[in-house]
Amino acid sequence: MTAATPPSSVDMSVDLAGVRLPNPMMTASGCAANGREMHRFIDVAQLGAFVTKSVKAQPVSGRGTPRMAETPSGMLNSIGLQGPGVQAFVEEDLAWLHSIGARVVVSIAGSTASEFANVARAVVRSRYASAVAAIEVNISCPNVANRGLVFACDPASSHKVMTLVREEVPRGLPMLAKLSPDVTDIVEIADTVLKAGAHGLTMINTTLGVAIDVDRLRPHLIAATGGLSGPAIRPMAVRAVWQVAGAMRAGRIKTAPIVGAGGVRTGRDALELVAAGASAIQVGTAAFNDPTAPERVGRELEQLIAERGFTRLSDVTGIAHERFTP
Amino acid sequence: MSARTIAAREGAGVVQVDAEVLGNSAVGAYRHLTLVTPGLAEIARPGQFVALAVGDGTSSMLLRRSFSIHRVSPAGTYGATTEIVVAAAGPGTQELTRLEAGASVSVIGPLGKGFPLPSQPVPCILVGGGYGSAPLFWLAEQLRERGCPVEIVLGAATADRLFGVVEARRVADGVTVTTDDGSAGTQGWVSDVLPDLIARTGAGVLYGCGPMGMLRSMSAIASDHGIVAQVAVEEAMACGVGICMTCVMPVADQHGTTKMVRSCLEGPVFRGDRVRWEAFDDGLCRVPADAVGAPKEVR
Ligand SMILES: Cc1cc2nc3c(=O)[nH]c(=O)nc-3n(C[C@H](O)[C@H](O)[C@H](O)COP(=O)(O)OP(=O)(O)OC[C@H]3O[C@@H](n4cnc5c(N)ncnc54)[C@H](O)[C@@H]3O)c2cc1C
Ligand SMILES: Cc1cc2nc3c(=O)[nH]c(=O)nc-3n(C[C@H](O)[C@H](O)[C@H](O)COP(=O)(O)O)c2cc1C
Ligand code: FES
Repeated sequence: MTAATPPSSVDMSVDLAGVRLPNPMMTASGCAANGREMHRFIDVAQLGAFVTKSVKAQPVSGRGTPRMAETPSGMLNSIGLQGPGVQAFVEEDLAWLHSIGARVVVSIAGSTASEFANVARAVVRSRYASAVAAIEVNISCPNVANRGLVFACDPASSHKVMTLVREEVPRGLPMLAKLSPDVTDIVEIADTVLKAGAHGLTMINTTLGVAIDVDRLRPHLIAATGGLSGPAIRPMAVRAVWQVAGAMRAGRIKTAPIVGAGGVRTGRDALELVAAGASAIQVGTAAFNDPTAPERVGRELEQLIAERGFTRLSDVTGIAHERFTP
Repeated sequence: MSARTIAAREGAGVVQVDAEVLGNSAVGAYRHLTLVTPGLAEIARPGQFVALAVGDGTSSMLLRRSFSIHRVSPAGTYGATTEIVVAAAGPGTQELTRLEAGASVSVIGPLGKGFPLPSQPVPCILVGGGYGSAPLFWLAEQLRERGCPVEIVLGAATADRLFGVVEARRVADGVTVTTDDGSAGTQGWVSDVLPDLIARTGAGVLYGCGPMGMLRSMSAIASDHGIVAQVAVEEAMACGVGICMTCVMPVADQHGTTKMVRSCLEGPVFRGDRVRWEAFDDGLCRVPADAVGAPKEVR
């Protein structure tokens, strides 16, 4: 049993582009499957939102194995977006999440901009759409039309995806763009997707890495490259949120809520992202170590905020910018 | 330090506990760990496994390490205990094998599906490669309780990498030992002795746990003899609980449709004739072209 949360003195609620979440804690896409497995350890309906594994239009087998390598304070993965396809996802996974009363952020993916739009349409028109709190657009996937370069690394491709998805998403349902840190200027991409209609940003996805198996003297992963995640990338995530929130505060780009992700393992890690400008927090790789982490980090974060004398999470969001003199 | 429950939701069939290490002793090349695990031993079955965290919440090794459950004692003097047998392979298992009595270690289990038991009292052969024999003695006891005659075959590279020869003699009707170098028992592989043993005992089921190569050859032998093999596989796992999708392998379902399934959730025990062994080669597993959602042939 997870310890009962003491009556809170801190208002942890979040306004996610018009959608109210009772707390800022989310799973990270691909790090909690589609809920049932994690629900054996924590009640996923109690999270601010449950973020599903990025789903494409058709079933995807993903890559062969090895698909992962452990690295210092992190891991590399090359799952290859394995999934059942949007139809089975809706009928089995979204239906189940709906049945337990979870607030769901559905992560969508595609190999072409129109695939993203088709997946979004299938989700928002499904009979379980009432469980959907937001759509997260995983633009960190390879664009077939652009020699496999990920959408998120090219402003024009990112813009096209967001524009097409926006046409499918009904008013009032936030659309989050999930950004890759593997770009020269993340503020530029943030600006582009916000102009294309994104209501919020999730930062960051994994960053590319390679591990060599020094016994076999070849890449450890069957795909050679993989996405690096875990505490090892936390400073990159804090940096990305810091830069983008800074640009918003300076009026250089449109203001929108930021969902922080990358290396969060404890309440202190979450507080770093919040102080840098995140309104909500996703816990990914840390859940492989501790499947209760998305819930535990929320408790720890609340405690830390209370200890620092604040009564509202939103008062702490971005506070590091106010306390910084360049 | 005493054991503490972190998560145990009703009906979940799995618990997360901060276990206390009760004992850690050398057994040949391995370490035998006894862990106080409230709520876990009571619900475990042979063939299931546990996933241990390395170090505490600050460790730089984030991923869990999986181990077959060797034994459980639901009501010992110290409460419910779970026993595992650990080979120090890399940095994580090196740290785990150094745990001292009284130390705390995070344990999740029982995980995965165990060995299915036959409904008829058919003769069974249990095959263990190296530490892969760990879950078999407990299985042997349950099979014997059902009236199944049990033979155990233990194989390893060298004598010190055999596990449980004495225990096997206690729980089985017959024991055969093989080593690659002949330092104990018959020189050779377990697959060398299996055909004769099947013929002699009239075995209806083979159970196996060990390296993939061994499981593959015993599955082939089972098919040749028209009998079933139930094999517990070992695929690299990051979480053990079904949330990361790293532990997949190609397995056909009863309709012959191959999917990349999570071995931590749908396994680790699979029917030998359902595993697409030909996909495994040289430490890699490629997605079979006919698997659901397999990549299309390059343009
Ligand atoms: C179902 C199952 C049962 C197992 N039972 C036993 C047992 O009873 N006794 C025993 O000694 N070992 C067992 N293993 C193997 C054991 O899990 C690995 O040897 C161990 O995880 C390696 O960790 P490491 O830190 O030494 O190596 P590292 O190479 O540093 O591990 C890095 C990462 O890769 C994973 N990994 C590496 N090799 C393996 C592997 N062979 N299997 C699974 N994950 C791996 C680790 O979990 C970790 O996440 C079992 C594995 C599985 C899947
Ligand atoms: C095994 C694994 C699978 C992932 N799958 C997805 C995915 O399908 N879609 C996505 O947007 N991000 C995916 N991610 C990225 C995470 O959602 C997250 O952005 C990233 O891992 C950083 O957070 P973390 O350090 O807390 O894990 C995956 C990460 C891991 C480790
Ligand atoms: S080990 Fe994570 S899904 Fe199987």
